[in-house]
Amino acid sequence: MRRGKVVSSRRRRGHLLPEILFEFPGENLSVRHALAQLRHELSSLALSADDLGSIEIVLGEVLNNVVEHAYCEGASGSIHVSCVPSVHVLRFKVEDQGVMLPFEELPEGELPSFDRPLAALPEGGFGWYLVRNLACDLVYQRREHRNILAFSIPVEGCA
Amino acid sequence: MEFSCKETSDVLIVKVDAPRIDAAAAISFKQNMREITGKSGISHVVLDLSEVGFIDSSGLGAIVSVMKLMGGTKRLDLAALTPTVEKVFRLTRMDSIFTIYAQSAEVEKIYQAG
Repeated sequence: MRRGKVVSSRRRRGHLLPEILFEFPGENLSVRHALAQLRHELSSLALSADDLGSIEIVLGEVLNNVVEHAYCEGASGSIHVSCVPSVHVLRFKVEDQGVMLPFEELPEGELPSFDRPLAALPEGGFGWYLVRNLACDLVYQRREHRNILAFSIPVEGCA
Repeated sequence: MEFSCKETSDVLIVKVDAPRIDAAAAISFKQNMREITGKSGISHVVLDLSEVGFIDSSGLGAIVSVMKLMGGTKRLDLAALTPTVEKVFRLTRMDSIFTIYAQSAEVEKIYQAG
């Protein structure tokens, strides 16, 4: 397994804590490792277990999505993640060089309907719903063959 | 992916001995569960998630898929959801689809009480 690494963490003006930067290959196991690293990096912020759970859920869905859709059909590449901790919020930016989102826009992320027989229950379609439920200020841009997704996750503590 | 199974005459308790059911583990989870539930003649299966600290939408989809594969003749319940796993089930309202026990031991007690 190729492991990602923390590229740097630099202190930015106006922010209480350094920006955390990650770069890793767009593969499922690398995503898993990156999430563990992010959790470790965030441990100094004294966030609640509930907030850490939300962060991992959102990042997991966003990053899996890049692996499954942006880097599908033989395409591969790396994923860049930036996390800027601020007061009561973590601001994230995720970049990849894969295929753009269909219609160049974020999916609605509505919860699939359960009003159907057991055999027809949905097995997917929960990812964007979870992201939209737990994150805010989602902005997607396609710029110079790159996908850039920015979003914020509110947290209780003063990060 | 590792599992530990405990079978009584009434219920098969399958404990997932892994910290996460994520996109990297979903296929292996599904295959293993299909094998385990296919081999056993017990019609009531309880999935013990006490060791699982994290699940994503792929893992959630894998659990739904296992339940569907078991069809109308077998039953799949869940037990011992950790906080983040519980959150994913609650937000997606999947907690309304499954019967969820606080601990897998509860199920055994129900059968013992007869």
